[in-house]
Amino acid sequence: MGLIVLRRLWFVIVTFFFWHLSYAQSEEKDLQGDFELELQFDNRFFFKDGLYESQERNFLSLAAQPEYNLEWGKGNHIFKISLFGRWDQHDDNRTHFDVRELYYQRVKNNWELSIGLKKVFWGVTESVHLVDVINQTDQVESFDGEQKLGQPMVHYSNLTNFGNFELFYLPYQRKRQFPAREGRVRFPEVVEREDFDIDSDMEEWRPSFAFRWSHYFGPVDIGISHFYGVGREPLFTGLGTESQEFFYPIMNQTGIDVQAVTGPMLWKVESIYRDTEFQDFLALAVGAEYTFSNIASKGLDIGVLLEYLYDERDDLAISGFANDLFIATRLAFNDVNSTEILGGMVYDLDHKSRLFSVETSRRIGDSWKVEIEARIFDNLQEAEFLHFFRDDSFLQFGLSKFF
Amino acid sequence: MKIVKLVIALLVFASTIQAQSPEEKGLSVARAADKADQGFESSLVNLKMVLRNKQGQESTRFMENKTLELTEDGDKSLIVFKSPKDVEGTATLTFTHKTTSDDQWLYLPAIKRVKRISSDNKSGPFMGSEFAYEDLSSNEVEKYGYKFLKNEQFNGSNNAVVEQDPVDPKSGYKRRVVWYNLDKNYRLEKIEFYDRKNSLLKTLTYSDYKQYEGKYWRAGKFLMVNHQTGKETELFFEDWDLKSGLADTDFSQNSLRRAGR
Repeated sequence: MGLIVLRRLWFVIVTFFFWHLSYAQSEEKDLQGDFELELQFDNRFFFKDGLYESQERNFLSLAAQPEYNLEWGKGNHIFKISLFGRWDQHDDNRTHFDVRELYYQRVKNNWELSIGLKKVFWGVTESVHLVDVINQTDQVESFDGEQKLGQPMVHYSNLTNFGNFELFYLPYQRKRQFPAREGRVRFPEVVEREDFDIDSDMEEWRPSFAFRWSHYFGPVDIGISHFYGVGREPLFTGLGTESQEFFYPIMNQTGIDVQAVTGPMLWKVESIYRDTEFQDFLALAVGAEYTFSNIASKGLDIGVLLEYLYDERDDLAISGFANDLFIATRLAFNDVNSTEILGGMVYDLDHKSRLFSVETSRRIGDSWKVEIEARIFDNLQEAEFLHFFRDDSFLQFGLSKFF
Repeated sequence: MKIVKLVIALLVFASTIQAQSPEEKGLSVARAADKADQGFESSLVNLKMVLRNKQGQESTRFMENKTLELTEDGDKSLIVFKSPKDVEGTATLTFTHKTTSDDQWLYLPAIKRVKRISSDNKSGPFMGSEFAYEDLSSNEVEKYGYKFLKNEQFNGSNNAVVEQDPVDPKSGYKRRVVWYNLDKNYRLEKIEFYDRKNSLLKTLTYSDYKQYEGKYWRAGKFLMVNHQTGKETELFFEDWDLKSGLADTDFSQNSLRRAGR
């Protein structure tokens, strides 16, 4: 099903694109194209054997991300395609391919119209991304939910003196992929993308709509958004029992995100209210980030981050962050190699469980980059969603080459 | 009678010049330089940055810079990184303000995120180079206190040498000494930067000047030498496009996202 959709979309966009291309070439000769490619090797090592049958401990994988940008008419016509593919040694579901972006964009003075697959990010906090609802998460790619699947859309935005107004028509819902039998960070039972229903007769073709207004007032940025349609986050009921059900509910979600800067301090607030037939709840993340910059004139910046996370779903929250604190530090050396380290901990105030993470990266030469990432699950309690992953602490090493 | 009036006028004029303190004279040079550069409206330029360490090892970066001139407030600017490839598409949008803190946003293309950043970090290095963020931000007259030091022949031209004291306590400098070329419409020839302990930290030299639109001087090369570390950074500017027709809508968060993609 998904493939047919992509083919149809591909056809529409490519036709549109070539029609515009021929128009552009006859009008103006300022076509600018740019091709990029990132190849990545990584190895993920789990400290403990898997809790569940068939799980492996060490995963080698290769990924490629080619991208092509084209613009013409003084940058007022944009075409972009960005693909992603990964091969994983053991996890067949992590071996996957996705069209991250494939869209045509028309810009005219203060408005923009885009048609195709796009990625859109909303939000301000670091530990959770509550208001960010447009794209489906690429679950097998990222634990922190920052990697997204391309979302088919028509996106219109109009920048006025009263802020930026955006409208989204999202004709198709993409389902999340979960790790395969051999994979880690999964539930006791393997769940496949196809096991999830959508709470609509139209299935994936149930359209969704979204609206966002965003503006800035001096040092303050604010965004208010509303989403109506198929939730990107699945619901699980009766997990582990005979009557278990997995599905994507129809939801209304209103979100607000605010960010303000006072000197070296950034203040962040993100909150949503989600209403579905099965549950309605409020979730909130508030935080601050203070940066000590250019320490001892050596160029080193040290940032200290603190966020409080609240979620009315309690233990049912798929995020697992019902009443938690996030404490982190960010080191940026601002050297020729852009060396950076981000270390943090999410601490559950109710269950005393801890989730540690360290991410570090450094460029080598002009076109290579090494990344090391570690995630440690510590003291997870049975009542929590994350308890399923209690033995899934891992260390990952990655090497990327850019062309 | 007319001649007498003229003589009196000249004498008054001469005495006002005499009476001008070094501070007033320094400020008037800075104002004249600011005025000489007014009216370029907007500019568009590609940059190449070459970083060189003490051992002579080099690394190169490419950027694109757009600037929108504003007179009632500070300029707006948008910088997009083209290389190194791992940061390609990373972009910054800055609204400079004459007396208050600048507004600044950073775009991270991998996750499509626009992030507000603090503009407090003026003294930190820009992209690992010898240029600090404050060295590259727009030269608003209000950002310094001034003191005229001397007139000097420099590279065969008559220069005014003016000391500038940053108003902002977050600046990494105690003072800067600036050479204004009086024969070439107040274009900058050289800046010496003194650190907070008042010892010479860096020297910036401008060269390969070209005049655009019959008025505006733009350097083709900036050379920044750090005397304390022995490192240096060169900035090369490829064909300045002045009065490039950019508008306010080219300096929004939407255009920041588009520029980085």
